[in-house]
Amino acid sequence: MQLIINDTPQQFAQGLTVSELLEALKQPALGVAVAVNAQVVSKSQWSQTRLQDADRITLFKVVAGG
Amino acid sequence: MLNDQDFMRYSRHLMLEDIEEAGQQRLKQAKVLIIGLGGLGSVAAHYLAGAGVGKLLLADGDKVDVTNLHRQPLFDSFSIGYNKAEQAKRRLACINPHIDIEAFEQNLDASNLAVQISHCQLVLDCTDNMASRQAINAACYQAGVPLLVGAAIRFEGQFLALEPAQSHGCYRCLYHPEQSPPMNCANSGVVGPVVGIVGLMQALEAIKYLTGAGNVPFGQLKLFDAKVHQWQSLGLNKDPHCPVCGDQPCN
Repeated sequence: MQLIINDTPQQFAQGLTVSELLEALKQPALGVAVAVNAQVVSKSQWSQTRLQDADRITLFKVVAGG
Repeated sequence: MLNDQDFMRYSRHLMLEDIEEAGQQRLKQAKVLIIGLGGLGSVAAHYLAGAGVGKLLLADGDKVDVTNLHRQPLFDSFSIGYNKAEQAKRRLACINPHIDIEAFEQNLDASNLAVQISHCQLVLDCTDNMASRQAINAACYQAGVPLLVGAAIRFEGQFLALEPAQSHGCYRCLYHPEQSPPMNCANSGVVGPVVGIVGLMQALEAIKYLTGAGNVPFGQLKLFDAKVHQWQSLGLNKDPHCPVCGDQPCN
């Protein structure tokens, strides 16, 4: 299936979860957050959230400074 | 009631039909807590004092350092080594002597956080670390007080407005405490105007909330990428298992 990762289309296996996607993209374990179709997915939901063809994924950084 | 001085000082607000006299009066009666007087807080506090927020509570246990001066315009070389909340109070009292400003020269812990928040209409989270942000979020949800969260690092800014009475998610739904990398402005750097822009967003949405002008984007995470000059907006739903705002809170 095709996912749009931060505006760039990429091919992935069918039925991938958010956790599996982050692993496939070799994202660091800390400091990354995810939205699917412009809705934030809480970390506790990553392993249960299955992605679908044409989903738009936003990867963004956890920012706590100020 | 607004007096003659107020009519002069706030005339540029009063001529706006979304604020007018009633909105300015609401600002005068408002009590706002600003936690953190660094790059976010010193900018937000400057504008809220200027706007005539009647009572400002400022909390910060840190002292001004020379490395703060590129982005914290309430301070100058003579402030170095002095407490930020106290220095901010002195400066803000010069900008607007007609408001009441209280400075807490300490980082608020869980117990005094709850007490101070319960007295306020609105809280601005202008801190620089995940633990404080989680504690402020939990205390605001406990007290039912709206919260405007700002954050910035490098060329990136984030803004999130939260209204506990609404059904959107909270800061704990956005980030788990352990999700944060050990990065802050001190070890990763920040471009001064980026943190200033986010602090200004906090001040702007505070003025809108308090006066009733326009709509505050509650429950939407705003991401600012300064390198490409783009804002992105993401929805934030409640995490059903959230210990702060979920169906069975256990904080």
